[in-house]
Amino acid sequence: MSLLKISGLRKDFGGLTAVLDFGLTIAKGEIVALIGPNGAGKTTIFNLISGYLRPSGGEILFKEENIVGLKTNQICKKGIGRTFQIVKPFLGLTVIKNVMIGAFNQTDRPDLSEERSLQVLEFLDFLDKKDYPIGSLTIADRKRLELARSLATQPHLLLLDEVAAGLNPKETEEIIAMIRKINQRGVTLLMIEHVMKTITSLADRIVVINYGMKIAEGKPFEVLRDPNVVKAYLGEAYQIAENQ
Amino acid sequence: MKRDRSGAHPANSFRNVLLIFFLVLLLVLPFFLNPYLLHIMIMTFLFAYLSRNWDLIGGFAGQFFLGPVVMFGIGGYTSTLLNVHFNLSPWIGMVPGGILAAATGMALCYLSFRFGLKGIYFGLVTLTFPEILRVVVTNVGFLGGVNGVLIPFRQNSLLYFQFAGKLPYYYISFLMMLLSIYVMYRIERSRSGYYCLAIREDEEAAEALGVDTLKYKLICTGIGCFFLALGGTFHAQYLMFVSPDTFFGIAFTLEVIIRSIVGGVGTLFGPVIGSFILTPLSDISRGLLGGYRGVHLMLFGAIIIAIILYLPQGVGEWFGRVYDGFRVRFDRNVDRKATPWRRGQGAKY
Amino acid sequence: MISVTMVIQLVINGLLRGSIYALAAIGMTVIFGVMNIVNFAHGTLMMVAMYISYWLFTLVGMDPYVSLVVSVPTLFITGGLIEKYLIHRSLDAPEINQFLITAGILIFLESAVLFLFSPDFRGIKVEYQGAIVQIGEVIIGLNPLAASVISVALSISLYFFLKKTDIGRALRAVTANREAARLMGINLNSIYFIAFGIGSACVGAAGTIISPMYYIFPQVGHLFLLLSFVIVILGGQGHVIGALVGGLIIGVVESLCILFIPGSTKDAVVYAVFILVLFFKPSGLFGKRER
Repeated sequence: MSLLKISGLRKDFGGLTAVLDFGLTIAKGEIVALIGPNGAGKTTIFNLISGYLRPSGGEILFKEENIVGLKTNQICKKGIGRTFQIVKPFLGLTVIKNVMIGAFNQTDRPDLSEERSLQVLEFLDFLDKKDYPIGSLTIADRKRLELARSLATQPHLLLLDEVAAGLNPKETEEIIAMIRKINQRGVTLLMIEHVMKTITSLADRIVVINYGMKIAEGKPFEVLRDPNVVKAYLGEAYQIAENQ
Repeated sequence: MKRDRSGAHPANSFRNVLLIFFLVLLLVLPFFLNPYLLHIMIMTFLFAYLSRNWDLIGGFAGQFFLGPVVMFGIGGYTSTLLNVHFNLSPWIGMVPGGILAAATGMALCYLSFRFGLKGIYFGLVTLTFPEILRVVVTNVGFLGGVNGVLIPFRQNSLLYFQFAGKLPYYYISFLMMLLSIYVMYRIERSRSGYYCLAIREDEEAAEALGVDTLKYKLICTGIGCFFLALGGTFHAQYLMFVSPDTFFGIAFTLEVIIRSIVGGVGTLFGPVIGSFILTPLSDISRGLLGGYRGVHLMLFGAIIIAIILYLPQGVGEWFGRVYDGFRVRFDRNVDRKATPWRRGQGAKY
Repeated sequence: MISVTMVIQLVINGLLRGSIYALAAIGMTVIFGVMNIVNFAHGTLMMVAMYISYWLFTLVGMDPYVSLVVSVPTLFITGGLIEKYLIHRSLDAPEINQFLITAGILIFLESAVLFLFSPDFRGIKVEYQGAIVQIGEVIIGLNPLAASVISVALSISLYFFLKKTDIGRALRAVTANREAARLMGINLNSIYFIAFGIGSACVGAAGTIISPMYYIFPQVGHLFLLLSFVIVILGGQGHVIGALVGGLIIGVVESLCILFIPGSTKDAVVYAVFILVLFFKPSGLFGKRER
């Protein structure tokens, strides 16, 4: 049984088709990277899966259940979590209270929520900063908070939107290690990424989209050599140059 | 369930002692007050109660809700009409009033969600809706018309919620105020409370974490509106009449909101503090300056502007910072780096 | 019996009155468009202009239309100062704060006028009060006609000001996209001052123009505040021509209401229309702004 099965996904914005006939199957425990040039439709796909947008057509099966039409919070309750490319922490709350909002997804008791949040923070090596206000956090810490918060909801599938963006190499290493840890805990991951290091270190499989359509899929090594993929990122000129 | 409840803190027990002191003070105070001052205290309690409940909707849940007077009016009119026409005790009559008000509020909230009305647009709807009701009530004879409905005074009676003296009103309004504080206290510490904070900060992020934002806005709105209506019943029984201007006029809305803002919007004691400051001030200045028509209102307007400009987090925040400064200085267990009280940060935890 | 003549008369009255409402509403829509703020002291500023005209007429014998040269600049400066010293620092605060500041200004100004000039109703009686022009069976007062013409002229001038001048273009740029305008080098602080100034000047002009035809008292602003809300929403946030058309529509609707419903219920009708528009077409007849 696949965890996530998307077929024929389509999204139109008036006259513009942002996503066309997109299909993807993800098995439990996999780490799949979704890549493509800017504007290809990657975040749109995330928004479609998480319920922020409604598909114009197609099916999204999560654990064999069609989740099209459900609201974002319902989809989270079903087990799909999502982080944002530009992090959205709750500014007026401390770190641990941010995480507690996520933990409340599984319980309605504040004491249990706090307990769970402490566990998550410990897991991500973040316990020392639990009472810090958001204003005092670095961008790397804010990304970590974004992860912690989503993790606290106990997702089966986590959608990570450019989680390594804006981080220096050392921070990128750290976050890669965190993501791997999360995956080892049993969370399936679908990541939008641009940073090559993140993709090659983590992804079991890569899916490439351009202009809203899937143009390649497979193991990292194969996909990154696929001429269509190279063309999509670098353009025709590179192709011609290579052939000469 | 405060996070730093590790061991006995001198500051925490200080706070408890302070609260108990005020409680006892307010309990015995009436025996030392003349009727005029009693009236001021009753109004202070009533407005603390009303602001506390508005704050649940407007401050805590973050709705730009400019229509609390609707609920107040519905509560006052429902219990009064049931009392006058069917001899129903206001204690019972306040319940349908409360339910009707809650339903109205929740309908407004839901419809605005459905039609995507946010911010000032929602504010404008909630501002003009009470005006419609006011005009309707003024023109419908059955509802009392422009002169309102008089409640005939039969006897000193707890059952019929009418008293000759002010003392019972004092204690009832005092209890109502305590009740509203307790309700907020319970909500604040529950999951709903945490969720409301998240919704106020970032709705989209909250949704992605499983928060049904509509549901919690509706809950806060429903509870707040229900209790606002009960306040209307109290006021009706205190004045022994209801009229369109008092119970559906816009002045009420401003009075309620300003107390919450001055004291600290979205905080537990903020609206109460605001009422304790503004209600006596307003009454006394009206007494002193009322002879010069308009002056006490000028003062009022100036205070509103000054508070928003210079102390937007409210007086309560300033008190809180003083209190917290004390706590940080004397409490060894507090991590100084993590002190949330920073100017303009707005952190309340 | 309702005759066609009566209807035409009412429609014309409505158009004449509505053009003045439009001028007031244009003031509000400019501010709302540029700064995304609803100025609740709007009607009160109009009332201030009315009193300025009243006192100039009573003390110096200045004709209300002449007093425009006093009230308009005065209101422009007043509005700008209000923006600069009272509103500016709350621009990023929650909207309820902005509401409260402008409501506070409303209360302060109104009670100041109440204190200074008493709650008495006053009026300006000019000699040409009763002059009329008659077309067929329809009677048109010269005063309302002149008022209407001036209002429309001012509205259209403002429209061209916004369209053709650099400042006007800057105002429109900020209305369309504040961040982009700022990045293009437009000084937002000056723009806000100007926008609030222009908005107040418009409503001041409307107040002066209507002063010979209306009772003058401290609370008179409330009605115009409400009408301005309705017209601004109807016309679309920031839309000058929308406000002009909306004003005329509301003027006519208000006028025709007399045929069907008693006195104060017409207010309820206006509010109800307002709420319906807010729900079903909040962007107004002309607006398409997403904000």
